Amino acid sequence: MERLVADLRTRVERARQGGDERSVKRHREQGKLLVRERLERLLDPDSPFLELSPLAADALYDDDAPGAGLVTGIGRVSGREVLVVANDATVKGGTYYPMTVKKHLRAQQVALENRLPCLYLVDSGGAYLPLQAEVFPDREHFGRIFFNQARMSAEGIAQVAIVMGSCTAGGAYVPAMSDETIIVSGTGTIFLGGPPLVKAATGEDVTAEELGGADVHARLSGVADYLAHDDAHALELARTIVSTLHGSKTLPADRTPPEAPAHDPADIYGIVSADSRHPYDVREVIARLVDGSRFDEFKRLYAPSIVTGFARLHGFLVGIVANNGVLFSESALKATHFIELCNARGVPLVFLQNITGFMVGRQYERGGIAKDGAKMVHAVANSTVPKFTVVIGGSFGAGNYGMCGRAYDPRFLWMWPNARISVMGGEQAASVLSTVKRDQLAREGRTLGEAEDAQIREPILEKYEREGSPYYSTARLWDDGIIDPLHTRDALGLGISAAYNAPIPAVRFGIFRM
Amino acid sequence: MFTRILVANRGEIAVRILRTCRVMGIETVAVYSDADAGALHVTLADQAVRIGGAAPAESYLSQKAILDAARATGAQAIHPGYGFLSENDAFAAACAKAGLTFIGPSPDAMAKLGSKTAARRIAEAAGVPVVPGAVPADQSDAALIAAATKVGFPVLLKPSEGGGGIGMKEVHAAADLPGAIAQARREAEAAFGDGTLYVERLVTKPRHVEFQILGDSHGTVVHLFERECSIQRRHQKVLEETPSTAVTPALRARMGAAAVALARAAGYANAGTVEFLVEGRGDSASFYFLEMNARLQVEHPITEVVTGVDLVRAQIEVAAGGPVPWTQEQLTQRGHAIEVRVCAEDPRQGFLPQAGVLALYREPAMPGVRVDAGVTEGSEVSVHYDSLLAKLVAWGETREAARLRAHEALAHYPILGIRTNVPLLMRLLTHDRFVAGDLDTHFLDAEAASLVPPDSPPTADARAVAALVRRGGSGIAAPAAETSWDPWTSLGGRRV
Repeated sequence: MERLVADLRTRVERARQGGDERSVKRHREQGKLLVRERLERLLDPDSPFLELSPLAADALYDDDAPGAGLVTGIGRVSGREVLVVANDATVKGGTYYPMTVKKHLRAQQVALENRLPCLYLVDSGGAYLPLQAEVFPDREHFGRIFFNQARMSAEGIAQVAIVMGSCTAGGAYVPAMSDETIIVSGTGTIFLGGPPLVKAATGEDVTAEELGGADVHARLSGVADYLAHDDAHALELARTIVSTLHGSKTLPADRTPPEAPAHDPADIYGIVSADSRHPYDVREVIARLVDGSRFDEFKRLYAPSIVTGFARLHGFLVGIVANNGVLFSESALKATHFIELCNARGVPLVFLQNITGFMVGRQYERGGIAKDGAKMVHAVANSTVPKFTVVIGGSFGAGNYGMCGRAYDPRFLWMWPNARISVMGGEQAASVLSTVKRDQLAREGRTLGEAEDAQIREPILEKYEREGSPYYSTARLWDDGIIDPLHTRDALGLGISAAYNAPIPAVRFGIFRM
Repeated sequence: MFTRILVANRGEIAVRILRTCRVMGIETVAVYSDADAGALHVTLADQAVRIGGAAPAESYLSQKAILDAARATGAQAIHPGYGFLSENDAFAAACAKAGLTFIGPSPDAMAKLGSKTAARRIAEAAGVPVVPGAVPADQSDAALIAAATKVGFPVLLKPSEGGGGIGMKEVHAAADLPGAIAQARREAEAAFGDGTLYVERLVTKPRHVEFQILGDSHGTVVHLFERECSIQRRHQKVLEETPSTAVTPALRARMGAAAVALARAAGYANAGTVEFLVEGRGDSASFYFLEMNARLQVEHPITEVVTGVDLVRAQIEVAAGGPVPWTQEQLTQRGHAIEVRVCAEDPRQGFLPQAGVLALYREPAMPGVRVDAGVTEGSEVSVHYDSLLAKLVAWGETREAARLRAHEALAHYPILGIRTNVPLLMRLLTHDRFVAGDLDTHFLDAEAASLVPPDSPPTADARAVAALVRRGGSGIAAPAAETSWDPWTSLGGRRV
């Protein structure tokens, strides 16, 4: 596990470098701060930053877009939690690859669910034109960014843009759609068509500054509201704007002083093996995440393959649902009951996912495992309390659904570096496909030779191995990031606290099939 | 006067010396080993210098490291405290050679008094009574047996060098002598590198009464009365008091004069202690010179509280060439003082030294009580050094008043996290023989059965409290919320 964590750290460090040296040099020559420097100046001193998917687009696009050219996350500005979306212009001019769009939209979803003001640090050339078909037309493509801005503005979630570089074409709508906009003199530009397009369309010769510079927008067009001298000034103005947003969050009254786990969290490295088949008691992990290692277990004696109970995390009461083996009907019923309890009381849910799936076999099908599993999925889907999922091991099959996988809208979903995710295990998939082939040949009166069987199995095993990796997942935004197990407690604490920026709606469940 | 002093010690005595230096406006330099990096004495000094590893030989006993630290910090004088290098005449000489003042007697006086045989000769020459005994020039078994027979049984065999009770053997019959000689010689060689033995008559039911003296470089020597230190375990003192219940004014005058005469004869300047054995009680009692300790004693505070002086201040003044600050006539005893040594050791497990963290440590504060400690709450107590945590000194107009105050103070001295000898000290203070002042150096061994507390299991109440502490309150009621409990505040610059 320590080796996996060291590998993770190396990869994240590399992604955080952003673009190559030449781009960084050019960026600086324009008098601009690097994206991470901008964040440091924007955020309150000595305050946390909960970054989302720092390894997005990892190994995609010839590895040309570290972090998908975008930094997103939750940070504190003027004492409030805000959602920050910041382009990294050292990565292909901050243009939008498909995963950049996905990362931007995911950040907006986090802002919407948690009612966090949005700060857009814009420095982008717009869509990455060679991949326009995967960036522009669909529902969850570029246009959705502005749709979200409009909807959030209507919901009273502040939208603030800081134009610190180009905002070209579609990108021009980010500041234009914002409630308040700051533009940096000399480097910030906003226009629908840049000088080359204007020249082509009308023959007009015009500089970028004349076309859409800070003076134009702050004095003439009214597209920007504040004129900043430089990056630092713009970030200071943004901090002032946040201080005028006039919102507040309501934390639950029954918080207790946060307390470190009584058991050393570093033990997790020894408890959880890199090999997901190596069994351990998930209570050992819980003891290393929660305040004082205290866990009040619900239905301890019933359906032991799932562990449910209450604990405190950074002083917040949470309900924990954790796998301790394969799911049976009783496990699903126990989890459903517990999820209902948490919803009735407004207690956030934490899912610790390590699941091979639901039990299969004649006896179990006849016992109605499908309808019991459905109850758990139904309860998870209709929960209104904030949900948090950490994939601490395997995430296979319908177990992923019942344990609040990505499709079930957890507020955050993190993976540990040892995690595996796929519809089923590679071995099982290979066996299923080889059985199908064998049956097909049998109908034609032929048999499957050993060599042929291996030919079917090996590519499947290889494919599942590659696609089941957490890096494959995080590159595609199937999660909010891979985290060091030792950071889990703090990530959850920050996430839970941020979630209290939004009220918890009343819960209404539908029909539980009985 | 010095402007910067290095304190070459640790624990309570380093803290004690640092405090006087501060009062005198003298800058201070502490030295520390790796085990003491966060120790109280380090935090109290103006500067602190790391001098080596946890083992004393690598740090507090390393003359080179300490002299280097003094040079590097520009200290003009070194106060050695007690133990470690305090009675090492080679170190005192090295200080002088390095142009530093050693706050203590001259290397010459220290060397003379450091050897028991030499000290005994000085005492005899000064007319101070000594216990009948001899150091045969011929150290053969036969010569030692002959010497013992001449002195008369029972006898005590002691190494000529060293102290602290190491290598001392009591022999009650001639038949036991050869075995005891072999063992004492072996221990003396191991501990001090010198197997020379000294034979003296064993005084039965002796009391240990010592006199504090102070001399200056102009030849003045005064005494600051006695301290009774009969309550000892294996020659380590546990409780000390002054005045002694055995000493009458006439006896005090005789013993004080003897102590001063001895110090003069040795050309002794600075603070020292002349130890005597006292046989009997009152005017008719006999006393014998035992040895001289050429340093500040652990138990010096009881002398300070009954005489109203600051001995460390006086040490520094005379080391700087000043005169003894008081005449003999100006010194008087007022009231009675008792010191108990609070140690990290468990009397129930054969006084096994204890190590750990002081999870809870609150010193008592009440009239007439002084605590000299080298630790605070949260301090780590290691096994590298002696187990003394603190000295509690109680003063009262009478012995009884001091005794009751000491007992009350110990009852309000909670120490959790490691076991201490406090239960034993409390039993000692209420023991009938102690209350009556009927003491001798065998007291603690003889009365052990009634002094060592039983190792009884914790009471139901104690278990309930422990469970509540671990549980963190009732578990249901949450106190009013504070924003500082928000991880967005409490986690600082965390990057997740």
